[in-house]
Amino acid sequence: MAHSGINVLFAGQNFSRLLGGLWISAKISIVALVIGILLGVLLGALRTVKNPLLRTILRLYLEFFRIVPTVVLLFLFYYILPKNFNVNLNAQAVAMLVFALWVAAEMSDIVRGALISVPQHQKEAGLAIGLNGPQLYRYVLLPQAVGLMIPATINLMTRVIKTTSLLLLISVMDVVNIGQQIIEANRQQYPDGAFWIYGLIFILYFLLCYPLSAWARRLEQRQNNNA
Amino acid sequence: MATPLLQVEHLEKSYGDVHILHDIDLTIDTGSVTVLLGPSGSGKSTLIRCLNGLEDFQSGQLVFSGQPVVPSPKVWQQLRQKIGMVFQSYDLFPNLTVLDNILLGPLKVQHRAKAEATAQAIKLLKEVGLAEYQDAYPRQLSGGQKQRIAIVRALALNPEFMLFDEVTASLDPEMVRGVLEVLRNLAQQKMTMLVVTHEMNFAREIADQVVFLENGRILEQTPGQQFFTNPQTERAQIFLNSMDF
Repeated sequence: MAHSGINVLFAGQNFSRLLGGLWISAKISIVALVIGILLGVLLGALRTVKNPLLRTILRLYLEFFRIVPTVVLLFLFYYILPKNFNVNLNAQAVAMLVFALWVAAEMSDIVRGALISVPQHQKEAGLAIGLNGPQLYRYVLLPQAVGLMIPATINLMTRVIKTTSLLLLISVMDVVNIGQQIIEANRQQYPDGAFWIYGLIFILYFLLCYPLSAWARRLEQRQNNNA
Repeated sequence: MATPLLQVEHLEKSYGDVHILHDIDLTIDTGSVTVLLGPSGSGKSTLIRCLNGLEDFQSGQLVFSGQPVVPSPKVWQQLRQKIGMVFQSYDLFPNLTVLDNILLGPLKVQHRAKAEATAQAIKLLKEVGLAEYQDAYPRQLSGGQKQRIAIVRALALNPEFMLFDEVTASLDPEMVRGVLEVLRNLAQQKMTMLVVTHEMNFAREIADQVVFLENGRILEQTPGQQFFTNPQTERAQIFLNSMDF
Protein backbone atom coordinates (compact mmCIF):
# COMPACT_ATOMS: atom_id res chain seq x y z
CA MET A 1 0.00 0.00 0.00
CA ALA A 2 3.06 2.21 0.16
CA HIS A 3 2.28 3.57 -3.28
CA SER A 4 -1.49 3.55 -3.15
CA GLY A 5 -2.75 6.46 -5.25
CA ILE A 6 -4.85 7.91 -2.45
CA ASN A 7 -1.69 9.07 -0.69
CA VAL A 8 -1.29 11.76 -3.33
CA LEU A 9 -3.97 13.64 -1.45
CA PHE A 10 -1.98 13.74 1.74
CA ALA A 11 1.58 14.04 0.42
CA GLY A 12 3.27 17.27 1.47
CA GLN A 13 0.89 20.25 1.53
CA ASN A 14 -1.44 18.80 -1.08
CA PHE A 15 -4.55 18.50 1.01
CA SER A 16 -4.35 21.92 2.58
CA ARG A 17 -3.54 23.43 -0.82
CA LEU A 18 -6.69 21.88 -2.25
CA LEU A 19 -8.75 23.20 0.64
CA GLY A 20 -7.13 26.60 0.09
CA GLY A 21 -8.24 26.43 -3.54
CA LEU A 22 -11.72 25.50 -2.46
CA TRP A 23 -11.74 28.52 -0.16
CA ILE A 24 -10.83 30.77 -3.12
CA SER A 25 -13.75 29.32 -5.09
CA ALA A 26 -16.08 29.76 -2.13
CA LYS A 27 -14.86 33.29 -1.44
CA ILE A 28 -15.40 34.39 -5.04
CA SER A 29 -18.85 32.78 -5.02
CA ILE A 30 -19.87 34.43 -1.77
CA VAL A 31 -18.70 37.91 -2.73
CA ALA A 32 -20.29 37.61 -6.18
CA LEU A 33 -23.55 36.32 -4.73
CA VAL A 34 -23.84 38.98 -2.03
CA ILE A 35 -23.14 41.86 -4.42
CA GLY A 36 -25.04 40.27 -7.29
CA ILE A 37 -28.17 39.48 -5.30
CA LEU A 38 -28.38 42.97 -3.80
CA LEU A 39 -27.85 44.57 -7.20
CA GLY A 40 -30.23 42.07 -8.79
CA VAL A 41 -33.04 42.92 -6.36
CA LEU A 42 -32.66 46.59 -7.26
CA LEU A 43 -32.53 45.90 -11.00
CA GLY A 44 -35.44 43.46 -10.76
CA ALA A 45 -37.57 46.05 -8.97
CA LEU A 46 -36.65 48.65 -11.60
CA ARG A 47 -37.67 46.24 -14.34
CA THR A 48 -41.24 46.33 -13.04
CA VAL A 49 -41.38 50.15 -13.26
CA LYS A 50 -43.35 51.54 -16.20
CA ASN A 51 -40.47 53.25 -17.98
CA PRO A 52 -39.88 51.81 -21.46
CA LEU A 53 -36.32 53.11 -21.81
CA LEU A 54 -35.19 51.81 -18.42
CA ARG A 55 -36.86 48.47 -19.05
CA THR A 56 -35.20 48.09 -22.43
CA ILE A 57 -31.75 48.89 -21.05
CA LEU A 58 -32.15 46.41 -18.20
CA ARG A 59 -33.53 43.80 -20.56
CA LEU A 60 -30.51 44.19 -22.81
CA TYR A 61 -28.24 43.89 -19.77
CA LEU A 62 -29.95 40.63 -18.79
CA GLU A 63 -29.81 39.18 -22.29
CA PHE A 64 -26.14 40.10 -22.70
CA PHE A 65 -25.12 38.24 -19.56
CA ARG A 66 -27.43 35.37 -20.31
CA ILE A 67 -26.42 34.84 -23.94
CA VAL A 68 -22.67 35.36 -23.76
CA PRO A 69 -20.95 32.26 -22.31
CA THR A 70 -19.35 32.83 -18.92
CA VAL A 71 -15.93 31.91 -20.25
CA VAL A 72 -16.19 34.60 -22.89
CA LEU A 73 -17.27 37.12 -20.28
CA LEU A 74 -14.28 36.21 -18.14
CA PHE A 75 -11.90 36.62 -21.08
CA LEU A 76 -13.52 39.88 -22.10
CA PHE A 77 -13.06 41.40 -18.67
CA TYR A 78 -9.69 39.78 -18.02
CA TYR A 79 -8.06 40.95 -21.25
CA ILE A 80 -10.03 44.01 -22.31
CA LEU A 81 -10.26 45.90 -19.03
CA PRO A 82 -6.48 46.29 -18.61
CA LYS A 83 -5.71 46.80 -22.28
CA ASN A 84 -8.46 49.17 -23.41
CA PHE A 85 -9.58 50.79 -20.16
CA ASN A 86 -6.34 50.73 -18.19
CA VAL A 87 -8.05 49.02 -15.28
CA ASN A 88 -5.73 46.42 -13.76
CA LEU A 89 -7.61 44.02 -11.59
CA ASN A 90 -6.14 40.75 -10.38
CA ALA A 91 -7.76 37.56 -11.62
CA GLN A 92 -9.81 37.05 -8.47
CA ALA A 93 -11.25 40.54 -8.62
CA VAL A 94 -12.14 40.06 -12.29
CA ALA A 95 -13.84 36.80 -11.36
CA MET A 96 -15.85 38.47 -8.60
CA LEU A 97 -16.82 41.33 -10.88
CA VAL A 98 -17.94 39.12 -13.77
CA PHE A 99 -19.80 36.72 -11.51
CA ALA A 100 -21.47 39.55 -9.59
CA LEU A 101 -22.69 41.15 -12.82
CA TRP A 102 -23.90 37.77 -14.07
CA VAL A 103 -25.69 37.02 -10.79
CA ALA A 104 -27.27 40.49 -10.86
CA ALA A 105 -28.62 39.83 -14.34
CA GLU A 106 -30.07 36.41 -13.50
CA MET A 107 -31.33 37.67 -10.17
CA SER A 108 -33.10 40.62 -11.78
CA ASP A 109 -35.17 38.16 -13.80
CA ILE A 110 -36.02 36.08 -10.73
CA VAL A 111 -37.02 39.18 -8.76
CA ARG A 112 -39.04 40.62 -11.62
CA GLY A 113 -40.92 37.34 -12.06
CA ALA A 114 -41.70 37.15 -8.35
CA LEU A 115 -42.78 40.79 -8.16
CA ILE A 116 -45.20 40.60 -11.07
CA SER A 117 -46.80 37.53 -9.56
CA VAL A 118 -47.80 39.50 -6.46
CA PRO A 119 -51.48 40.33 -7.12
CA GLN A 120 -52.23 43.77 -8.54
CA HIS A 121 -54.72 44.25 -5.70
CA GLN A 122 -51.90 44.27 -3.19
CA LYS A 123 -50.29 47.14 -5.04
CA GLU A 124 -53.54 49.10 -5.08
CA ALA A 125 -54.15 48.43 -1.40
CA GLY A 126 -50.68 49.81 -0.68
CA LEU A 127 -51.27 52.89 -2.81
CA ALA A 128 -54.64 53.43 -1.16
CA ILE A 129 -53.03 53.92 2.25
CA GLY A 130 -50.70 56.52 0.79
CA LEU A 131 -47.50 54.53 0.33
CA ASN A 132 -45.12 56.00 -2.26
CA GLY A 133 -43.33 53.84 -4.83
CA PRO A 134 -40.26 52.81 -2.81
CA GLN A 135 -42.38 52.17 0.30
CA LEU A 136 -44.72 50.00 -1.72
CA TYR A 137 -41.79 47.82 -2.78
CA ARG A 138 -40.15 47.84 0.64
CA TYR A 139 -43.16 46.95 2.79
CA VAL A 140 -45.65 45.22 0.50
CA LEU A 141 -44.32 43.82 -2.76
CA LEU A 142 -40.79 42.61 -1.96
CA PRO A 143 -41.67 40.83 1.31
CA GLN A 144 -44.36 38.92 -0.55
CA ALA A 145 -42.06 38.18 -3.48
CA VAL A 146 -39.22 36.80 -1.33
CA GLY A 147 -40.94 33.46 -0.73
CA LEU A 148 -41.42 33.05 -4.45
CA MET A 149 -37.82 33.78 -5.34
CA ILE A 150 -35.95 31.73 -2.75
CA PRO A 151 -35.86 28.35 -4.58
CA ALA A 152 -34.69 29.90 -7.85
CA THR A 153 -32.11 31.97 -5.96
CA ILE A 154 -30.64 28.90 -4.28
CA ASN A 155 -30.39 27.17 -7.64
CA LEU A 156 -28.54 30.21 -8.91
CA MET A 157 -26.13 29.89 -5.97
CA THR A 158 -25.26 26.31 -6.87
CA ARG A 159 -24.76 27.32 -10.51
CA VAL A 160 -22.34 30.05 -9.43
CA ILE A 161 -20.38 27.69 -7.21
CA LYS A 162 -20.09 25.12 -9.99
CA THR A 163 -19.10 27.72 -12.54
CA THR A 164 -16.08 28.75 -10.45
CA SER A 165 -14.45 25.68 -12.01
CA LEU A 166 -14.00 27.82 -15.14
CA LEU A 167 -11.84 30.28 -13.29
CA LEU A 168 -8.63 28.34 -13.97
CA LEU A 169 -8.94 29.73 -17.49
CA ILE A 170 -8.05 33.17 -16.21
CA SER A 171 -5.41 31.72 -13.85
CA VAL A 172 -7.32 31.98 -10.61
CA MET A 173 -5.83 29.52 -8.15
CA ASP A 174 -9.12 27.78 -7.55
CA VAL A 175 -9.51 24.18 -6.45
CA VAL A 176 -9.45 22.78 -10.00
CA ASN A 177 -6.34 24.72 -10.97
CA ILE A 178 -4.48 23.59 -7.85
CA GLY A 179 -5.65 20.03 -8.43
CA GLN A 180 -4.16 20.09 -11.93
CA GLN A 181 -0.87 21.43 -10.59
CA ILE A 182 -0.71 18.64 -8.03
CA ILE A 183 -1.48 16.03 -10.68
CA GLU A 184 1.29 17.39 -12.92
CA ALA A 185 3.83 17.60 -10.12
CA ASN A 186 3.17 14.05 -8.95
CA ARG A 187 2.87 12.38 -12.34
CA GLN A 188 5.98 10.26 -11.75
CA GLN A 189 5.20 9.15 -8.24
CA TYR A 190 1.41 8.84 -8.53
CA PRO A 191 0.47 8.02 -12.13
CA ASP A 192 -3.20 7.64 -11.20
CA GLY A 193 -3.24 10.84 -9.13
CA ALA A 194 -5.85 12.39 -11.45
CA PHE A 195 -8.44 9.88 -10.29
CA TRP A 196 -7.94 10.73 -6.64
CA ILE A 197 -7.56 14.46 -7.04
CA TYR A 198 -10.60 14.88 -9.28
CA GLY A 199 -12.47 12.44 -7.04
CA LEU A 200 -11.78 14.66 -4.06
CA ILE A 201 -12.75 17.77 -6.01
CA PHE A 202 -15.99 16.05 -6.94
CA ILE A 203 -16.69 15.39 -3.28
CA LEU A 204 -15.78 18.93 -2.25
CA TYR A 205 -18.11 20.49 -4.82
CA PHE A 206 -20.79 18.04 -3.82
CA LEU A 207 -20.43 19.04 -0.19
CA LEU A 208 -20.81 22.70 -1.11
CA CYS A 209 -23.74 22.34 -3.50
CA TYR A 210 -25.80 19.42 -2.24
CA PRO A 211 -27.01 21.08 0.97
CA LEU A 212 -28.09 24.11 -1.06
CA SER A 213 -29.95 22.06 -3.61
CA ALA A 214 -31.62 19.96 -0.87
CA TRP A 215 -32.66 23.19 0.86
CA ALA A 216 -34.13 24.53 -2.37
CA ARG A 217 -36.07 21.32 -2.91
CA ARG A 218 -37.49 21.46 0.59
CA LEU A 219 -38.58 25.06 0.24
CA GLU A 220 -40.20 24.29 -3.08
CA GLN A 221 -42.10 21.39 -1.58
CA ARG A 222 -43.25 23.52 1.32
CA GLN A 223 -44.47 26.16 -1.11
CA ASN A 224 -46.39 23.59 -3.14
CA ASN A 225 -48.01 22.34 0.05
CA ASN A 226 -49.05 25.86 0.99
CA ALA A 227 -50.45 26.65 -2.42
CA MET B 1 -73.41 77.41 1.89
CA ALA B 2 -70.58 75.16 2.99
CA THR B 3 -68.08 74.01 0.38
CA PRO B 4 -68.83 70.43 -0.70
CA LEU B 5 -66.12 67.97 0.29
CA LEU B 6 -65.81 66.70 -3.26
CA GLN B 7 -66.99 67.96 -6.59
CA VAL B 8 -66.59 65.98 -9.78
CA GLU B 9 -66.95 68.10 -12.89
CA HIS B 10 -67.38 66.78 -16.43
CA LEU B 11 -65.24 63.72 -15.83
CA GLU B 12 -64.58 61.58 -18.92
CA LYS B 13 -62.82 58.25 -18.87
CA SER B 14 -62.02 55.77 -21.61
CA TYR B 15 -59.82 52.76 -22.09
CA GLY B 16 -58.55 53.15 -25.63
CA ASP B 17 -61.66 53.45 -27.79
CA VAL B 18 -64.02 52.25 -25.10
CA HIS B 19 -65.74 55.12 -23.37
CA ILE B 20 -66.36 54.13 -19.75
CA LEU B 21 -67.56 57.32 -18.06
CA HIS B 22 -69.40 60.17 -19.78
CA ASP B 23 -69.57 63.70 -18.42
CA ILE B 24 -69.80 62.76 -14.75
CA ASP B 25 -70.95 65.59 -12.48
CA LEU B 26 -71.22 64.76 -8.83
CA THR B 27 -71.30 66.71 -5.60
CA ILE B 28 -70.62 65.14 -2.23
CA ASP B 29 -71.31 67.17 0.89
CA THR B 30 -69.28 66.87 4.06
CA GLY B 31 -70.80 64.35 6.44
CA SER B 32 -73.13 62.83 3.85
CA VAL B 33 -73.51 59.27 2.67
CA THR B 34 -73.73 58.81 -1.08
CA VAL B 35 -74.70 55.42 -2.43
CA LEU B 36 -73.66 54.64 -5.98
CA LEU B 37 -76.02 52.19 -7.66
CA GLY B 38 -76.21 50.72 -11.11
CA PRO B 39 -76.12 47.48 -13.05
CA SER B 40 -72.79 45.66 -13.31
CA GLY B 41 -70.59 47.12 -15.98
CA SER B 42 -72.13 50.56 -15.55
CA GLY B 43 -68.81 52.06 -14.44
CA LYS B 44 -69.37 52.28 -10.67
CA SER B 45 -66.03 50.78 -9.73
CA THR B 46 -64.19 52.79 -12.35
CA LEU B 47 -65.74 56.00 -11.05
CA ILE B 48 -64.92 55.28 -7.43
CA ARG B 49 -61.35 54.35 -8.41
CA CYS B 50 -60.97 57.64 -10.28
CA LEU B 51 -61.71 59.43 -7.01
CA ASN B 52 -58.53 58.27 -5.34
CA GLY B 53 -56.27 58.14 -8.35
CA LEU B 54 -56.19 54.39 -8.96
CA GLU B 55 -57.55 55.20 -12.42
CA ASP B 56 -56.63 58.22 -14.46
CA PHE B 57 -59.15 60.07 -16.56
CA GLN B 58 -58.99 61.92 -19.84
CA SER B 59 -60.75 65.14 -18.98
CA GLY B 60 -62.79 66.81 -16.31
CA GLN B 61 -61.84 67.97 -12.87
CA LEU B 62 -61.98 66.91 -9.25
CA VAL B 63 -62.25 69.53 -6.54
CA PHE B 64 -61.51 68.28 -3.03
CA SER B 65 -62.26 70.62 -0.12
CA GLY B 66 -62.42 73.50 -2.56
CA GLN B 67 -58.97 72.70 -4.00
CA PRO B 68 -58.76 71.54 -7.61
CA VAL B 69 -56.85 68.25 -7.82
CA VAL B 70 -53.95 68.40 -10.27
CA PRO B 71 -53.37 64.71 -10.91
CA SER B 72 -49.82 63.51 -10.31
CA PRO B 73 -48.42 60.61 -8.31
CA LYS B 74 -47.24 62.99 -5.60
CA VAL B 75 -50.58 64.78 -5.28
CA TRP B 76 -52.49 61.51 -5.14
CA GLN B 77 -50.10 60.07 -2.59
CA GLN B 78 -50.87 63.03 -0.30
CA LEU B 79 -54.58 62.97 -1.03
CA ARG B 80 -54.99 59.26 -0.39
CA GLN B 81 -54.25 59.93 3.28
CA LYS B 82 -57.48 61.95 3.32
CA ILE B 83 -59.46 59.64 1.02
CA GLY B 84 -59.57 56.12 2.41
CA MET B 85 -60.59 53.22 0.22
CA VAL B 86 -61.80 49.71 1.00
CA PHE B 87 -61.95 47.05 -1.71
CA GLN B 88 -64.18 44.10 -2.43
CA SER B 89 -61.31 41.65 -1.93
CA TYR B 90 -60.10 43.19 1.41
CA ASP B 91 -56.46 43.06 0.26
CA LEU B 92 -54.84 42.94 3.65
CA PHE B 93 -51.09 42.46 3.40
CA PRO B 94 -50.57 38.73 4.09
CA ASN B 95 -46.97 39.27 5.23
CA LEU B 96 -48.00 41.54 8.12
CA THR B 97 -49.99 41.00 11.30
CA VAL B 98 -53.33 42.73 11.75
CA LEU B 99 -51.77 45.48 13.84
CA ASP B 100 -48.89 46.00 11.40
CA ASN B 101 -51.36 46.16 8.51
CA ILE B 102 -53.15 48.96 10.32
CA LEU B 103 -50.00 50.78 11.45
CA LEU B 104 -48.18 50.77 8.12
CA GLY B 105 -49.85 53.96 6.88
CA PRO B 106 -49.81 55.93 10.13
CA LEU B 107 -46.15 55.11 10.84
CA LYS B 108 -44.52 55.07 7.40
CA VAL B 109 -46.70 57.52 5.48
CA GLN B 110 -47.77 59.93 8.19
CA HIS B 111 -44.72 59.45 10.44
CA ARG B 112 -46.80 59.50 13.58
CA ALA B 113 -45.57 58.40 17.00
CA LYS B 114 -45.83 54.67 17.47
CA ALA B 115 -47.52 54.81 20.87
CA GLU B 116 -50.22 57.20 19.71
CA ALA B 117 -50.87 55.33 16.44
CA THR B 118 -51.00 51.99 18.25
CA ALA B 119 -53.44 53.31 20.82
CA GLN B 120 -55.70 54.57 18.05
CA ALA B 121 -55.42 51.28 16.14
CA ILE B 122 -56.42 49.29 19.19
CA LYS B 123 -59.33 51.63 19.87
CA LEU B 124 -60.55 51.19 16.29
CA LEU B 125 -60.10 47.41 16.51
CA LYS B 126 -62.24 47.40 19.66
CA GLU B 127 -64.95 49.34 17.86
CA VAL B 128 -65.18 46.65 15.20
CA GLY B 129 -64.99 43.90 17.81
CA LEU B 130 -61.62 42.48 16.79
CA ALA B 131 -59.24 43.72 19.47
CA GLU B 132 -58.08 40.20 20.33
CA TYR B 133 -56.87 39.61 16.76
CA GLN B 134 -54.19 42.29 16.66
CA ASP B 135 -51.34 39.77 16.44
CA ALA B 136 -53.08 37.39 14.04
CA TYR B 137 -52.13 37.11 10.39
CA PRO B 138 -54.79 37.74 7.72
CA ARG B 139 -54.85 34.06 6.68
CA GLN B 140 -56.16 33.19 10.15
CA LEU B 141 -59.24 35.42 9.76
CA SER B 142 -62.61 34.97 8.09
CA GLY B 143 -63.66 37.17 5.19
CA GLY B 144 -65.86 39.35 7.35
CA GLN B 145 -63.09 39.83 9.88
CA LYS B 146 -60.61 40.70 7.14
CA GLN B 147 -62.97 43.26 5.71
CA ARG B 148 -63.50 44.93 9.09
CA ILE B 149 -59.71 45.06 9.53
CA ALA B 150 -59.39 46.56 6.06
CA ILE B 151 -61.85 49.29 7.08
CA VAL B 152 -59.84 49.95 10.24
CA ARG B 153 -56.65 50.11 8.16
CA ALA B 154 -58.18 52.88 6.05
CA LEU B 155 -59.64 54.71 9.08
CA ALA B 156 -56.29 54.67 10.89
CA LEU B 157 -55.08 57.44 8.59
CA ASN B 158 -57.88 59.71 9.89
CA PRO B 159 -59.40 60.23 6.43
CA GLU B 160 -62.01 62.86 5.68
CA PHE B 161 -63.69 60.77 3.03
CA MET B 162 -64.15 57.03 2.68
CA LEU B 163 -64.75 55.04 -0.51
CA PHE B 164 -66.31 51.59 -0.21
CA ASP B 165 -66.21 49.50 -3.38
CA GLU B 166 -68.65 46.60 -3.00
CA VAL B 167 -67.16 45.73 0.37
CA THR B 168 -69.70 43.01 1.14
CA ALA B 169 -69.88 41.47 -2.34
CA SER B 170 -67.52 38.56 -1.65
CA LEU B 171 -68.74 37.81 1.86
CA ASP B 172 -70.97 35.03 3.09
CA PRO B 173 -74.40 36.37 4.05
CA GLU B 174 -73.82 35.95 7.78
CA MET B 175 -70.58 37.98 7.49
CA VAL B 176 -72.27 40.85 5.69
CA ARG B 177 -74.12 42.13 8.72
CA GLY B 178 -71.02 42.79 10.81
CA VAL B 179 -69.42 44.80 8.02
CA LEU B 180 -72.58 46.81 7.32
CA GLU B 181 -72.79 47.55 11.04
CA VAL B 182 -69.35 49.15 10.86
CA LEU B 183 -70.46 51.30 7.93
CA ARG B 184 -73.63 52.28 9.76
CA ASN B 185 -71.60 53.41 12.78
CA LEU B 186 -69.33 55.45 10.55
CA ALA B 187 -72.35 57.15 8.99
CA GLN B 188 -73.64 58.00 12.47
CA GLN B 189 -70.26 59.54 13.27
CA LYS B 190 -70.81 61.76 10.21
CA MET B 191 -68.01 60.30 8.13
CA THR B 192 -68.38 61.39 4.51
CA MET B 193 -68.79 58.21 2.49
CA LEU B 194 -69.29 57.02 -1.03
CA VAL B 195 -70.60 53.47 -1.07
CA VAL B 196 -70.93 51.14 -4.03
CA THR B 197 -73.18 48.29 -2.98
CA HIS B 198 -75.78 45.79 -4.08
CA GLU B 199 -77.29 45.57 -0.60
CA MET B 200 -80.43 47.52 -1.47
CA ASN B 201 -82.04 47.53 1.95
CA PHE B 202 -78.85 48.83 3.43
CA ALA B 203 -78.55 51.44 0.69
CA ARG B 204 -82.06 52.64 1.35
CA GLU B 205 -81.42 52.90 5.06
CA ILE B 206 -78.10 54.69 4.90
CA ALA B 207 -78.20 56.89 1.78
CA ASP B 208 -78.45 60.66 2.04
CA GLN B 209 -78.27 60.71 -1.71
CA VAL B 210 -78.34 58.07 -4.40
CA VAL B 211 -76.39 58.30 -7.63
CA PHE B 212 -77.68 55.97 -10.32
CA LEU B 213 -75.19 55.10 -13.01
CA GLU B 214 -75.84 53.28 -16.25
CA ASN B 215 -73.55 52.81 -19.23
CA GLY B 216 -71.14 55.31 -17.74
CA ARG B 217 -73.67 58.11 -17.35
CA ILE B 218 -75.29 59.44 -14.22
CA LEU B 219 -79.01 59.07 -14.84
CA GLU B 220 -80.11 60.22 -11.42
CA GLN B 221 -78.65 62.03 -8.47
CA THR B 222 -81.43 62.31 -5.93
CA PRO B 223 -82.01 62.26 -2.16
CA GLY B 224 -81.98 58.73 -0.82
CA GLN B 225 -85.63 58.18 0.05
CA GLN B 226 -86.90 59.76 -3.12
CA PHE B 227 -84.85 57.40 -5.27
CA PHE B 228 -86.39 54.33 -3.71
CA THR B 229 -89.97 55.56 -3.53
CA ASN B 230 -90.17 57.70 -6.60
CA PRO B 231 -87.31 57.22 -9.09
CA GLN B 232 -87.17 59.83 -11.83
CA THR B 233 -86.19 57.65 -14.73
CA GLU B 234 -87.67 54.53 -16.19
CA ARG B 235 -84.24 52.89 -16.17
CA ALA B 236 -83.95 53.36 -12.43
CA GLN B 237 -87.45 51.96 -11.98
CA ILE B 238 -86.52 48.86 -13.98
CA PHE B 239 -83.30 48.52 -12.01
CA LEU B 240 -85.13 48.75 -8.68
CA ASN B 241 -87.69 46.20 -9.80
CA SER B 242 -84.97 43.81 -10.88
CA MET B 243 -83.31 43.93 -7.46
CA ASP B 244 -84.83 41.48 -5.08
CA PHE B 245 -85.38 43.31 -1.80
